[in-house]
Amino acid sequence: MFRFIARRILQFIPVLFVIATVTFFMLRLAPGGPFDEDKKIPEEIVRKIEAHYGLDKPLWQQYLIQMKNLLKGDLGPSFKYPKHTVNELIAEAFPVSLQLGGLALLVAMALGITSGLIASLRPNTTSDYVPMAIAMLGICVPTFVTGPLLSNYFGLKLGWFNPGGWFFPEDRVLPALTLGFYYAAYISRLTRGGMLEILNQDYIRTARAKGASTSRVVLRHALKGGLLPVVSFLGPAVAGLLTGSFVVESIFNIPGLGRFFVISAFNRDYTMVLGTVLFYATLILVLNLIVDIVLVWLNPKLKFE
Amino acid sequence: MLLQVENLKTSFHTRNGIVRAVNGVSFSLEKGETLGIVGESGSGKSVTCYSLMRLIPQPPGKIEGGRALFDGIDLLNCSEKQLQSIRGKRISMIFQDPMTSLNPYMRIEDQLVEPLLIHEKLNRAEAVNRAAQALADVGVPDARRRLRSYPHEFSGGMRQRVMIAMALITRPELLIADEPTTALDVTVQAQILELVRRLQKEMGMAVIWITHDLGVVAEFCQRVVVMYAGRIVETAPTAALYRNPKHPYTRALQRSIPALQPKGAELFTIRGLPPDLSRDIRGCPFVPRCEFNQPQCENPVSLEPVGEQHCSACVRVQRKEIQL
Repeated sequence: MFRFIARRILQFIPVLFVIATVTFFMLRLAPGGPFDEDKKIPEEIVRKIEAHYGLDKPLWQQYLIQMKNLLKGDLGPSFKYPKHTVNELIAEAFPVSLQLGGLALLVAMALGITSGLIASLRPNTTSDYVPMAIAMLGICVPTFVTGPLLSNYFGLKLGWFNPGGWFFPEDRVLPALTLGFYYAAYISRLTRGGMLEILNQDYIRTARAKGASTSRVVLRHALKGGLLPVVSFLGPAVAGLLTGSFVVESIFNIPGLGRFFVISAFNRDYTMVLGTVLFYATLILVLNLIVDIVLVWLNPKLKFE
Repeated sequence: MLLQVENLKTSFHTRNGIVRAVNGVSFSLEKGETLGIVGESGSGKSVTCYSLMRLIPQPPGKIEGGRALFDGIDLLNCSEKQLQSIRGKRISMIFQDPMTSLNPYMRIEDQLVEPLLIHEKLNRAEAVNRAAQALADVGVPDARRRLRSYPHEFSGGMRQRVMIAMALITRPELLIADEPTTALDVTVQAQILELVRRLQKEMGMAVIWITHDLGVVAEFCQRVVVMYAGRIVETAPTAALYRNPKHPYTRALQRSIPALQPKGAELFTIRGLPPDLSRDIRGCPFVPRCEFNQPQCENPVSLEPVGEQHCSACVRVQRKEIQL
C-alpha cells in the first residue's frame, strides 16, 4: 500500500509540471497584460513596472525563472495585489473556502445519502418520486438562482440571517445550504442508483433468507456496495467544494478562494492564476488518491497495484 | 406434518399483463422427509419456494392466496417479524448460483456468524467458533484461516459449501435447496449432493430439493412433485414416479434424458414451448404439446389420486383411458 501511494505521489510531479507549463504559456497567449488600464499610463511607468516584475525579459527566461521559483514552492508576488505574495493570498483565502466547502459537504452528504436511501427502499412510489423530483430540481437550478432566493427570503424577508458577509458563525448557514443542496442532488441520485442495483443482487436475497431485518440488510449488506458510485463522485466534488465556488462566494460576499480564480484571470494576474490553478490541481490529485484508497478499502476485490 | 402448502397462488404484475407463475399449488412435507420439485425453467418451482419464505420481490410479485402452515404458523400471512424469526433459524435456503449469492463485500466469517447473531444471540467469540466448526463440517480445509477470506477467494464449489454451512449453522428443521448444484461441474455436484445427504442424516432435517435434474431426484428424494406451467401435474413416491409415470409430461421428461436413449438415436425432445403464463389457461396446460390430447382435455382439471400416494392431473389417466 505504501509503495502504491509513493508511486502515485511521484506521478503528481509530471502532471503538475505539464499543467504549470500549459497555464504559463496560455496566459501569455491571452490578449492584454496585467497592467493594462482603461486610462493610458505613460510608456515610461509601464516599462518600469514590467522591469520590476521581470516581464521585460525574453519569454523563455521568464518561464525558467517562474519554474525555478515554483520548485522552491514560491508562487511569486501578485501583480494586482501589491505587497502580497500569491502564497499569502491563498493562505488567507483558502481557510474560508475550506470552511464553507466542509459545511456544504456535510449538508450534501447528509441530505443526499439519506434521501437517496429512502428513495431506493421503495422504488417507484411516492417516497421515491418526491425526493427524486427535488433532486432533479436541485441539479437543474443553478446556485446563482438558489443563492439569491435563500438570501432574499431568509436574509431580507424573515431576517433570520444576514443576507451576506462572513463575520458571524450563522453567516455560514445560507452559503453552505446553497452550495450543499446542489451537490446533495447529485449524491441523492447516485445513492439511489447504487442502492437499487445492489438491492437487486442475489446476496441481498441470501441475507433476507437468513432472517436479517430490513435495516440490517440495508446497513450491513447493501450500503457498502451501494455507496461506491458516491465515493467515486466525491473525489472531484470535494476538490470543487473546498476550493470554493465563485458564484456562491460572490453572492454572499465571502472572502474565499473561489473568487480569486475568476478575478485573477480577468486581471491577467499571471502569478495568481498560475498559483490558484496549481493549488486546485494538487488538491484534485490528492483527493483522487484518497478516493482510490477508500475504494480499495470498501471493495475487497480491488487490490493496490 | 412439518409443512402443509394449500392452494398457493403467486403472480407477477408486469407490463405485459399478469403472469401467473404459481397457480394453485398444494403439497405437504413430513419431518425429516426429502421432497423433490422438478420441472423445466419457468415452471414455477423456484417461485413456489421463494413464496413460502416471502422472498419474491414485491412488487412486481404478489402472493395472491393460499396457506402454508409450518408447524402451525401460516408463513404467507404471519407478521414480518414472526417470519424473520423463522427464516434462517427454522427454515434455511441455499441458492442456485453460489457465485452471486454471497456478499462480495463481507468476509466469510461475518456472513457465517450472522444467523447465529440474529437468532441465537451468541457472543462473537462463540459464534466464530461455531462458524469454524460449520465450515470444517462441510469440508473446507483450514477452516479457521479461511473464515477471514472474501467470497471471491473461493471457487464455485467451495462457495456452495460456504452457503450450505451458512444455511445449516442454526440446525434448521427444513432446508430449501434451489438448484444448488446446477451451476457446478459434475464432480463437484456429486460431492455437494453427498454432503447435504450426510448432514441431513446427522441433523434429521426435512429437505425440499428444487431441480430440473431427474437423476438427482432419483438418487436423493423420497417423494417427487412435478410442476408444469405453475401447477403440479403429478406427485408420487420417487420409485413409483420413475417406474410408472402417470402424466404424459412426466413421461416425456423421462424420455428426454439423453443417457436413457440408445446410442446414436436422435435425442427425444418435447415439441413446442411451455405456454405463455400471462394468458388464462382453462384446461390442462400441457395440451398443445401432448401426444394424447383430446377435446376433453380443454376442460378444467385437478390433481386426483390414481394410485397409492400417487396423484396425476391428467384426465385421461384418471379415466384409465391411456397407459403410459
